[in-house]
Amino acid sequence: MRRSGSPFTGVGAIALKEAADHMTSARMHMIMLLVILTALGAVYGSIGRLRDTTAEDAYLFLKLFTVAQDPLPSFAAFLGFLLPLVSIALGFDAINGEFNRRTMSRVLAQPIYRDAMLFGKFLGGLIVLAVSLLTLWLLMVGLGMLFLGLPPSGGDIVRSVAWLVVTLAYAGVWLALAIALSTLIRTPATSALAALSVWLILAVFWGMVAPLVAGVVAPVDPLEPASILNSFEWRQAISRLSPQTLYGEVTGILLDPAARSVGPLFMHQLHGAVIGSPLPTGQSLLIVWPQISALIAAMLALFTAAYVVFQRQEIRA
Amino acid sequence: MSAIVLEAKGLVKRYGEAVAVAGVDMTVHQGEVIGLLGPNGAGKTTTILMLLGLTEASEGEVSVLGKDPLRQPLEVKREVGYLPDAVGFYDTMTGRENLVYTGKLAGLSRKAIDHRIDAALERVRLGDAGRRRVSTYSRGMRQRLGIAELLMRDCKVMILDEPTSGLDPQSTHELLELIQQLASEGITILLSSHQLDVVQAICSRVALFNKGRIGFFGTVDELAQQIGRGAFIVDVEAGGIDLTSLAQKADGVASVAKVSDGVWQVEATRDVRPELAKIVVDAGGSLRNLDLRRARLDEAYNRYFTEVANAA
Repeated sequence: MRRSGSPFTGVGAIALKEAADHMTSARMHMIMLLVILTALGAVYGSIGRLRDTTAEDAYLFLKLFTVAQDPLPSFAAFLGFLLPLVSIALGFDAINGEFNRRTMSRVLAQPIYRDAMLFGKFLGGLIVLAVSLLTLWLLMVGLGMLFLGLPPSGGDIVRSVAWLVVTLAYAGVWLALAIALSTLIRTPATSALAALSVWLILAVFWGMVAPLVAGVVAPVDPLEPASILNSFEWRQAISRLSPQTLYGEVTGILLDPAARSVGPLFMHQLHGAVIGSPLPTGQSLLIVWPQISALIAAMLALFTAAYVVFQRQEIRA
Repeated sequence: MSAIVLEAKGLVKRYGEAVAVAGVDMTVHQGEVIGLLGPNGAGKTTTILMLLGLTEASEGEVSVLGKDPLRQPLEVKREVGYLPDAVGFYDTMTGRENLVYTGKLAGLSRKAIDHRIDAALERVRLGDAGRRRVSTYSRGMRQRLGIAELLMRDCKVMILDEPTSGLDPQSTHELLELIQQLASEGITILLSSHQLDVVQAICSRVALFNKGRIGFFGTVDELAQQIGRGAFIVDVEAGGIDLTSLAQKADGVASVAKVSDGVWQVEATRDVRPELAKIVVDAGGSLRNLDLRRARLDEAYNRYFTEVANAA
């Protein structure tokens, strides 16, 4: 049966309202303050280190994002760890909050499809994430120029913008997860806890779980050198179930033009290569294309799950 | 007879094995105020959701203003306003901001929204409070804001779920007056409520939902007659006679009940006071009081659900 009208009617109004709500909420202000402070700390550390090695570094601007100075991790590592928190904060009560406020039936009684509610919530969250990431990126560029005294090259800008887009996709995965859980679970506190649990498992414990599972599935035989490689590949495959691993691999390749592989590098792969020479941005993107695709696929799969559950829900509150 | 705005035929809603609505037939005309009554779980809200296209009917047909809520939900929702029970608003936004948001969802231009909001808020006496956050609103103010939203959208049909629940008597009175005004302007109103005095005060007809069906659909007088009581109730006080058997002789008397010594309650299909007075006098009794009142919805409702519906 075909219905009249577009499922996107009202998406813009919902997305802008959601974005405005997030931008003005105390919850978001606190989390963004945390992100900005840690980012500033990371940048300060990396600038301090880069100043000592300015003459030796070929990709100075990009290293702003990846160089760490103990005890602080790099800016990219900070984002990889904290961005899921921001996304979860944006999405954990997206749908169940509407039910609890008893606004769902009133909003859906307006001339819109319920598709618009979910699309609008997701888009509103993505807008906030995009604005926040862009602000952080501009802050980094500005601080880099101010303290290092060097402007970024065109290539640096292209690479860092590509990395920014992938970072948005990474944040989108966590946003989609938080919205999916808010659709499945009626209590916002419980859905927040569920999302945080997934984050803890994938961000903190997955790095420990992957080698354990790989050790069981493909144990290393000391008499068989190929088993080391086999076990490593298993570990890599299992760890790639975590979006953080995928994001880390993309970051490593996109922000380091000299990097040529996310896994073990064999001599035959280096045939004809000038060691240390940068790869074109397109080549770097091709290397991590599977990771980027996986991040986008995970985001779409989670959003689809939320969509299916939401479409089947009874709207009474 | 005014135009038909809403028509449901054999409407059924099943959730797996459970049947929430088991075949609802209903025809509502323009400007009518219809009371949707019945115990919890009788199928009122599910029927409302099907009328709005918010849930899909398992069987049957619905037409709202000539449109199918399932195939043309946006067109139907553009004309039909729904005020849910204990309506929720975004507390951090002002009353005006809440209305601006729903105005945008309804596809109104910003100019039209601003113009209509002022008029709607004034009409529900929230002109001054419109710029305050909804978190500071009382229950009654929220209900009135909900009505203002429907007014802003210029709805032709309004579905109000328990609109007076939790309101003080003054607010209830004002809301009922407003609903009657809207009906007189040609707006059709479906009102779901457990407050039977409220329903009787403003509804032209009532629909009694029972076990997923409409057991009765008509006026309160018709309901009283259907359950074996007359629409006219006469309280008689007389001495020196026993009216219980004598009053049955009068044409139109449905039942006679002795309330206490010398006091009877006669239910009839018409005003039988002259006949009752004559019976008392002819029998040599002394007539002290003869009061006529119309059947009360709460009495008819209770009797319907304790006797007729349960027997069915």
